[in-house]
Amino acid sequence: MADLKERIARRCALEFEDGDFINLGIGMPTMVADYIAEDIVVTCHSENGFAGIDAMADETNLDVDIINSGGQYVTVLPRVKYFDTAESFGLVRGGHVKATVLGAMEVAENGDLANWIVPGKKVAGMGGAMDLCVGCPNVIITMMHTQKGAPKIKKHCTLPLTAEKCVTKIITEMCVIEVREDGLWVTELHPDFTREEVQAATDCELHWDPDCKPYQEN
Amino acid sequence: MINKIKTAQEAVAGVQDGMTIMVGGFLATGSPEILMDALVEKGVKHLTVIANDGGLAEGQPNPFPGKTARGVGKLLDHHMVDHIIASHLGVNPRLNEQFADGSLTYTLVPQGTLAEKIRAAAYGLGGVLTPTGLGTPMETELDELGRKKKVVEIECKKYLFEMPLHADFAFCRPTVADKFGNFYCAKATKNFNYVMASAADHTIIAPEKLVEIGAVDPDIFAVSGTLVDTIVEGEKPWQI
Repeated sequence: MADLKERIARRCALEFEDGDFINLGIGMPTMVADYIAEDIVVTCHSENGFAGIDAMADETNLDVDIINSGGQYVTVLPRVKYFDTAESFGLVRGGHVKATVLGAMEVAENGDLANWIVPGKKVAGMGGAMDLCVGCPNVIITMMHTQKGAPKIKKHCTLPLTAEKCVTKIITEMCVIEVREDGLWVTELHPDFTREEVQAATDCELHWDPDCKPYQEN
Repeated sequence: MINKIKTAQEAVAGVQDGMTIMVGGFLATGSPEILMDALVEKGVKHLTVIANDGGLAEGQPNPFPGKTARGVGKLLDHHMVDHIIASHLGVNPRLNEQFADGSLTYTLVPQGTLAEKIRAAAYGLGGVLTPTGLGTPMETELDELGRKKKVVEIECKKYLFEMPLHADFAFCRPTVADKFGNFYCAKATKNFNYVMASAADHTIIAPEKLVEIGAVDPDIFAVSGTLVDTIVEGEKPWQI
């Protein structure tokens, strides 16, 4: 499982270009930062108040005034810019943060995303997820293709949505899928899986891009 | 000139049962601890709290656990809150315990929308239009005062109309303030402190460092002291 998550993070790291300003969610999306090419400069947004996350802090370099959006102490890059919540989400809704990488409970064929609440379970809250999914031009989902064998990519979401028609790309351990006007198109397939296996793990029709390539990793 | 400097006890004397308060901070980073302690000491009840989250419980966060609750977490430990308006309620376990026993209710607001609702109150706007929350429970659920939300269409694009969010008291934690109340918050402690300072009837600040008027370059201040009613000394950096 750890290897598969690393595979997904390594693939996602290829999405970014020199100069990009991006937001990485908690969990697997955070791992993506470890695999971004060293010859490009990417700035990571921490929605609680700055642009320029570096690494997790330890006893030697911890500053009690610097946490990430998960409440963990982190360090920052020399080019860091701090801001308050209003400015932080102005950057997000204004489309200035190019991409957000998030996990998902369900993604629908039309790009609808559900990743913040399961009715009847403990209350957590959306935090900044709804703003990020509405504001960022690229919403990239990194997740295992299925949950205990059950497809997470579906015709329609059954859980309450985070945002409508927002997802632009889905990266799983099996494949890379682009969300287009006419449905879901597989653009990369991992050699461990066949087209039939990927379709069987998905609850809606997948289209196969004529240029479908082997799964890339950084 | 009016002297805004008071003890923490004097500062919170006007906070009454059932009032609505705003507390700066993000998982307690940037929350004014000595003002929370003073509210606990006063024992005020049935508060409505507007904050990003429920602060932290004793022993949070990993791997640098605190010896006490922090921020809004202190009010929750003492069952002083009836309703919380926040963007995230999953971290402090006191929240879900009190939702389950029926003593606490909540309204969730997306983080960016929460900041804008407060800013609308602060800046005299009738509300804000945001695309955030369309097609989600934010569109269909009632707002914090039980009002139905409106969807407004402007040039073929839909927005949710979100109403201003105002409080009786705002509690903010500057890193540096002068004795007039001009202040700024360092690094990631800004979060909600700036918008909240101008969205309440009374604004109380607890700066980590209080300086004489004119002692620092005024260009560093982010919030005007004209918005600050009361200054309380003694706030300390968080000790891990």
